[in-house]
Amino acid sequence: MNLVAAARPTDWDRMLPALWESLGETLYMVGVSLLVALVAGLALGLALYVTRAGNLYGNRAVNIVLNVVVNIVRPIPFIIFLTAIGPLTLAVVGTTIGTDAVIVPMSIMASFAFSRLVEQNLVAVDPGVVEAARAMGASRFRVVWSVLVPEALGPLILGYTFLFIGVVDMSAMAGMIGGGGLGDFAIRFGYQRFNWEITFVAVVVIVALVQIAQGLGNLLARKVLRR
Amino acid sequence: MSEREPKIVFESATKVFRTPKGEVRAVDGVDLTIGAGEVYGVIGYSGAGKSTLVRLINALEPVTSGRVLVDGRDVHSLKESELRRARADIGMIFQQFNLLSSRTVAGNVAYPLKVAGWPRARRDARVAELLDFVGLTDKARAYPSQLSGGQKQRVGIARALATNPTILLADESTSALDPETTQDVLDIVKRVNVELGVTVVVITHEMEVVKYVCDRVAVMEGGRVVEHGDVYDVFARPQHAATRRFVGTALRDRPSPAALARLRRRHPGRIVTVGVREDGGASGELTRALRDHPVDGTVIYGGITEIAERPYGSLTLELAGEDAAIAAFLADLGRTTTVLDLGTAAHPLTDPDAVGPRAPKGASA
Ligand SMILES: Nc1ncnc2c1ncn2[C@@H]1O[C@H](COP(=O)(O)OP(=O)(O)OP(=O)(O)O)[C@@H](O)[C@H]1O
Ligand SMILES: [Mg+2]
Repeated sequence: MNLVAAARPTDWDRMLPALWESLGETLYMVGVSLLVALVAGLALGLALYVTRAGNLYGNRAVNIVLNVVVNIVRPIPFIIFLTAIGPLTLAVVGTTIGTDAVIVPMSIMASFAFSRLVEQNLVAVDPGVVEAARAMGASRFRVVWSVLVPEALGPLILGYTFLFIGVVDMSAMAGMIGGGGLGDFAIRFGYQRFNWEITFVAVVVIVALVQIAQGLGNLLARKVLRR
Repeated sequence: MSEREPKIVFESATKVFRTPKGEVRAVDGVDLTIGAGEVYGVIGYSGAGKSTLVRLINALEPVTSGRVLVDGRDVHSLKESELRRARADIGMIFQQFNLLSSRTVAGNVAYPLKVAGWPRARRDARVAELLDFVGLTDKARAYPSQLSGGQKQRVGIARALATNPTILLADESTSALDPETTQDVLDIVKRVNVELGVTVVVITHEMEVVKYVCDRVAVMEGGRVVEHGDVYDVFARPQHAATRRFVGTALRDRPSPAALARLRRRHPGRIVTVGVREDGGASGELTRALRDHPVDGTVIYGGITEIAERPYGSLTLELAGEDAAIAAFLADLGRTTTVLDLGTAAHPLTDPDAVGPRAPKGASA
């Protein structure tokens, strides 16, 4: 017996609004998480970098603590993390289910992921330019925002684009706690009802989303790296 | 040389790095005074502590003990905010240029002015003036990656001079450049000193650079200043083995052990190396001594160059004559210049400061 043939034809009049709604939820979750990661991940990544021995704010103890924290959180599979930090989510958004509830673990995970990307790209910045700026009398904080970040901007944009894909991936698990989104849409209407057409359409939308983001990221990075 | 006002003074300055492999005394009890308006060279082999020494001047590296005074103020006792202001008075250029790749040439030159809080209009005028000084007006909008090494270093110089510093520190600023470009950059450094009256500290491992731009020089080895003084005095009468090696390497006026071994095969007689210097040791003196004594001398090796526009070098001769006559000849010559006796093929003596390839095993010398 052919399951695909057995399934009823897709009712696109009902499915299309659901698809758009899911897309909206995904964009919302991904967008907010990325924004949080931009600020928190950048800050944490900078902290990881500047507290390294011999760097601007070299501090062994702080650096070790930060590394341990990042290394503990990063390897946790998102699907477990999502439920494990329930109490924190409750404290922050007042609920442990729904789209807003997914944003908390997503933002945290995205921030930690981005921090490592930031750190890696900062390590590649020539320490000589930091030294030159210091020699000109720039304060340490000024060196951070006017030298470190601009010098690493191209790779940082590419890293952020890479993060986008990771965050879209995380958002697919939002359905676990009733967060909705394209992943949830594909699983509920496609996978669970054996409707490959729905799954296919959801995948196409996700791929298109990622392609657009990657294209924009590349374009921006190239503009910054034109030099 | 007339006494200058002291500009930079090191008092028992010591810098110790603690590494997993133990302590490194990068700068070890240095006492040194650099006068206002002079070009001071710091020369030494890799790891001698030259970079660390100059980084003590703008406190990029904190001293472990001792003091470093700039214009009479101990830079290492300044508060962070005071230190930042003090640094605006000390420009620095680097071997790898260290330009900001994310900013244009104009943006790089403007950076220290922004740090110092200059208003936009004054900044723009100053940048234009500086780019004109280093001859890069047409490159204002270019990015560093679009420039040659020499051009990059000129941007580095413009940037270092932006806030009208009275001191310029140049750490191996020409070591990444070819000889011709080196010349251009050194000419600018000279102009900075002469036209703007800036005190310049030049770190280098190339004697050519010291010969060309410096008034005085300090020779470093193992974190210590082993010799310092007027460039001609230091190089013409090197007291320390490190200095002699430098002079020898740069000039190649003395035979290396391997070359000496070859010379002995062709010239089995008495070989001596005679210093040629402006005061007395000039080659005329050698001619006179050869005329006055019953000794024949054949030049078999040597080199003479100029240091601080004065002749300097040495000639190696094979001497023929009675032992007594040769002894009298050497004593006579020794009154006005340095004479190094290298002995004969049968009874060879060695040059303790020889540089270059060693003699092959089994050969004398
Ligand atoms: N940050 C540091 N940590 C540990 N050791 C250091 C540090 N900086 C310099 N050193 C050590 O101090 C010594 C002097 O170094 P320095 O860079 O001053 O030498 P240099 O004369 O400038 O050599 P080069 O000609 O190679 O630049 C070396 O043994 C070096 O390994
Ligand atoms: Mg050095």
